[in-house]
Amino acid sequence: MSLSVAFRHGFPGLDLDVAFEAPVGVTALFGPSGCGKSTTINAIAGLLRPDSGRIALDGRVLFDGRTNLAPQERRIGYVFQDARLFPHLTVERNLRYPARWRRGAGRDFDRIVEMLALGPLLQRRPATLSGGEKQRTAIGRALLSDPALLVMDEPLAALDDSRKAEIMPWLERLRDEVRLPILYVSHSVPEVLRLATTLVLMQRGRVTHSGPLETILADPRLAPELGAREAGALIHATVEGHEPDGMLRVRTAAGPMLLQEVEAATGQELRLRVLAHEVILSRDPPQGLSALNVLPATVVQVSGGLVQLTLGDQRMLAQVTPRSVETLGLTPGAACFAIVKSVSVLPS
Amino acid sequence: MSLADWLGPQEWQAVALSLRVSLVATLASLPFATAIAWLLARRSFPGHGLLSGIVHLPLILPPVVTGYLLLITFGTQGPVGSLLKPLGIVFAFRWTGAALAAAIMAFPLMVRAIRLGFEAVDPKLEQAAATLGAPRVWIFATVTLPLMMPAILAGATLGFAKAMGEFGATITFVSNIPGQTQTLPSAIYAFLETPGGEGPALRLVLVSVVVAMGAVLLSEVLARRAAQRI
Repeated sequence: MSLSVAFRHGFPGLDLDVAFEAPVGVTALFGPSGCGKSTTINAIAGLLRPDSGRIALDGRVLFDGRTNLAPQERRIGYVFQDARLFPHLTVERNLRYPARWRRGAGRDFDRIVEMLALGPLLQRRPATLSGGEKQRTAIGRALLSDPALLVMDEPLAALDDSRKAEIMPWLERLRDEVRLPILYVSHSVPEVLRLATTLVLMQRGRVTHSGPLETILADPRLAPELGAREAGALIHATVEGHEPDGMLRVRTAAGPMLLQEVEAATGQELRLRVLAHEVILSRDPPQGLSALNVLPATVVQVSGGLVQLTLGDQRMLAQVTPRSVETLGLTPGAACFAIVKSVSVLPS
Repeated sequence: MSLADWLGPQEWQAVALSLRVSLVATLASLPFATAIAWLLARRSFPGHGLLSGIVHLPLILPPVVTGYLLLITFGTQGPVGSLLKPLGIVFAFRWTGAALAAAIMAFPLMVRAIRLGFEAVDPKLEQAAATLGAPRVWIFATVTLPLMMPAILAGATLGFAKAMGEFGATITFVSNIPGQTQTLPSAIYAFLETPGGEGPALRLVLVSVVVAMGAVLLSEVLARRAAQRI
């Protein structure tokens, strides 16, 4: 399955020219407010008719200038930022609303109610639900419309931090349990890191870059778009075992690493985040350091105070000053050692 | 003493006729008022302002003028009246004419109230229903209409009250025939013109007040019940 999007649309003050492909998995549409993210998913869902272009899902044309399927015919489940539950219907009747019109919809009622823990809410009305409960109901309702694609427009933006934390595990469950491509609009880096497999970066109506999350995160030229503090690589790791002192030994594409204060079983897959400002570079093998993870690396490129390194097949970023680049001679191809001060484990 | 005994036969006739005329006028015009309100609230088209103007005309024109226009249009010699006559539909000097006059006079008030209801329903909810696969007619019936029920009830009550009180257009169009077109206001007028008619007139005034208050209270209750479900 894949979603292929290419369209132009003119607004007063913003011209959109958007093109990207969304493969299987969670594709995050990331960019600042007003860059055209919501317009893009509205065009995909059929709530807005673009001036021109082509939008196809699994080879099925949704829009191409001549064809313009109504939202009813697109089979795209839409989770709105403001949930948009029908206020006069109970949670159960909200969930069953699509069943009349979509063949196969409602078949999974019990399973989806259980997955999203909606059972105790079924007889309640939306006005009596918390923000998190509303979003869970909205997700359930979209899933019960038997969609071929799920689009989510900043579903957490209207929630406070504790409600976000409450919903996030459901979204991860959704990604892992429901075999459904998801397009997720967000301007929050932490959300994107936890959920996305593919990243589409947008700015002022244009897609600036798109690709696998790891590739985008390890590209120093894209760091400004994600925010300098968030620059840094994402590394996949497999737990190998525990050291006698309790430290966790993991295997990564960059080499073996040691982690502290992480609960994980042998064989478990982890996603590690190594922020660029947590990495120090040394040209000589460092000695007498308290840092445990020192990995041999090669400089790929230097851009805007960030050095992109390659460690085996793994890309990583290190934040350095222009003076250090100068004195250490950190030019492409230079061999060095990456001293990783700290690693955080992304919950999954 | 029952209500029928308390009121004289002519008074009772007027009350019963007025209730029938107002009820028929309200119920028959409600679907049209809803359709026009929808057009004005949700659609933009050439002639939008003109349609709005025509709908509001009975509110602005002197009722006598509206009644006269109805007479020359729907009278047996009128362009519409002469067409309908072979079909057995006659308005002139019949209770049906009183109902038509009441409906026309109440129409702008109903449209205004219902239009506010349409404008208060969030189109985003209708969009959400569309993404869930529901056809537009179904969305209207299951989302839009239930959410604006309080406004429809308010429009119907307002229309009913206006119909109960309609005088000028009715008396001009269908005259003041007891048992046929003599509605409550026409009867009060007739009694006041007759020596010794103050008693019946006062009784009918009382009935008017009770019916009007009853209608308002009933619609309040219904609207509150509808709003509670939202």
